[in-house]
Amino acid sequence: MNEVSVLLDELYRKESRRIFATLVRLLGDFDLAEEALHEAFAVAAGHWSKDEVPKNPRAWLVSTGRFRAIDSIRRNARFQDKLGDLAALSQETQREQNEREEFEVEDDRLRLIFTCCHPALAPDIQVALTLREICGLTTDEVASAFLVAPTTMAQRIVRGKAKIRAAKIPYKIPSTEELPQRLDSVLSVVYLVFNEGYSASSGPLATRADLSGEAIRLARLLLELLPDSEVMGLLALMLLHESRRPARTTPEGDLILLEDQDRTLWDSALIAEGRGLIEQALASRNFGVYSIQAAISAVHAEAATPEATDWGQVVALYDILRRAEPSPVIELNRAVAVAMRDGPEAGLALIEEIHSQGELQGYHLAYAAQADFYRRLGRFSQAAEAYQKALELSTQEPEQRFLERRLREMTRSTVR
Amino acid sequence: MKYMLLIYSNEADWTDDERTKCMEESSQLCHRLESEGKYLAASPLHLVAAATSVRVREGRPLVTAGPFAETHEQLGGYFLIDVESLEEATRIASEIPGAKKGTVEIRPIFELSGLPDQP
Repeated sequence: MNEVSVLLDELYRKESRRIFATLVRLLGDFDLAEEALHEAFAVAAGHWSKDEVPKNPRAWLVSTGRFRAIDSIRRNARFQDKLGDLAALSQETQREQNEREEFEVEDDRLRLIFTCCHPALAPDIQVALTLREICGLTTDEVASAFLVAPTTMAQRIVRGKAKIRAAKIPYKIPSTEELPQRLDSVLSVVYLVFNEGYSASSGPLATRADLSGEAIRLARLLLELLPDSEVMGLLALMLLHESRRPARTTPEGDLILLEDQDRTLWDSALIAEGRGLIEQALASRNFGVYSIQAAISAVHAEAATPEATDWGQVVALYDILRRAEPSPVIELNRAVAVAMRDGPEAGLALIEEIHSQGELQGYHLAYAAQADFYRRLGRFSQAAEAYQKALELSTQEPEQRFLERRLREMTRSTVR
Repeated sequence: MKYMLLIYSNEADWTDDERTKCMEESSQLCHRLESEGKYLAASPLHLVAAATSVRVREGRPLVTAGPFAETHEQLGGYFLIDVESLEEATRIASEIPGAKKGTVEIRPIFELSGLPDQP
């Protein structure tokens, strides 16, 4: 490779998503912007030489892409309805555009995030568009991360773009008034991506580090663009979870529970960064559910051994969390913490209460927790029954292996 | 008497050509109704994939993707007409091209006083 193609390669890696975001603003269309982006790099490959690289390569690529797109709008009848915008598009002078560009380029990325995570798009489409358009993953990469056929993923992305166009989902940063709710939607996409990488919902592997890494990268970008306390909280939460990755599975890919993990394997740099962020988030006095969950995670991170865990503190944080966001899953997690503080019987009573309200009856982790409480109490046949139920409901292979192992232990204990 | 004619059909039943033809014929029907003084409004709708639903619960708008309900047949367009009777509305409904593949639901408009005038 010659020097220009090395430079272009690097520019593409570092800048292409920024350039794309700006082109979406200028052209008002995802497909047009994508085409323009590739055209711009192709033109650069043909025109730039070792001695003649534009002073501001990004601005050059944006304006080249933009003019190429204007040409293609003129030629292409498909974008007939865009002809009206064309005059306005061409009139803006280069100077004005360059000035605006430097100022707005980061806003463009934020705009793009809010568009891709708009609640009028179905959650699976939000995730697909975010990974494709903001993170720059290829359609095949997104498809393989979510274990669906590339054609299925391609359709999902096409449907998303079509909806953005037909319903005219705006390309803008929400007003202050709308921001909290719209940010929730963005954060839940980021967390969904992280969780799919941290605890894959199905398939042969328990975790997929690449997706978690993408989610963390996305949260860092978001924090840079929008320094909000909940963004801090979510980033902290993900960093603290991520810190345990080396200790979470055996080399064979089997799950290791928090209490059985080798805590010396936890990544102390990630823990320190996470804790720093939580302190900042909590100090803002305007924190939300992610910050509280991160604080819970930090209590675990602080304990050198499982016995040293401050379970009282964990329960107290779950009390705050369930007030902020009542949910049966939070009740279940709280039940586990209460069981650690007050003993398994207390945990059993709480799970019974959840089930009696008709909640979590099809949720495998509720039975896994129940089974664990019975096991601790030495009530092995009841434990076996609950493990069996959890096993039937679980869809993830490493989790199933774990439950099978426990079930065998229980059966042996009962026979003995 | 005003009637809303709601055109429901299975979106998957239409080819692009059929859709285009249907819109052309519908436009012609609109012009004819206009010349007869019966036309108020009409329009096709984008596919339900472009639908967004909003509910306000506890004072907060909850926005979700998709139509009000997943159904076998979807709302694809409407006519708003001003005619003498249900009989006449039924006759016009049977001329709507969309009725050939789907169903036209005729709903009499509930006249509410105090609203801004129709254009």
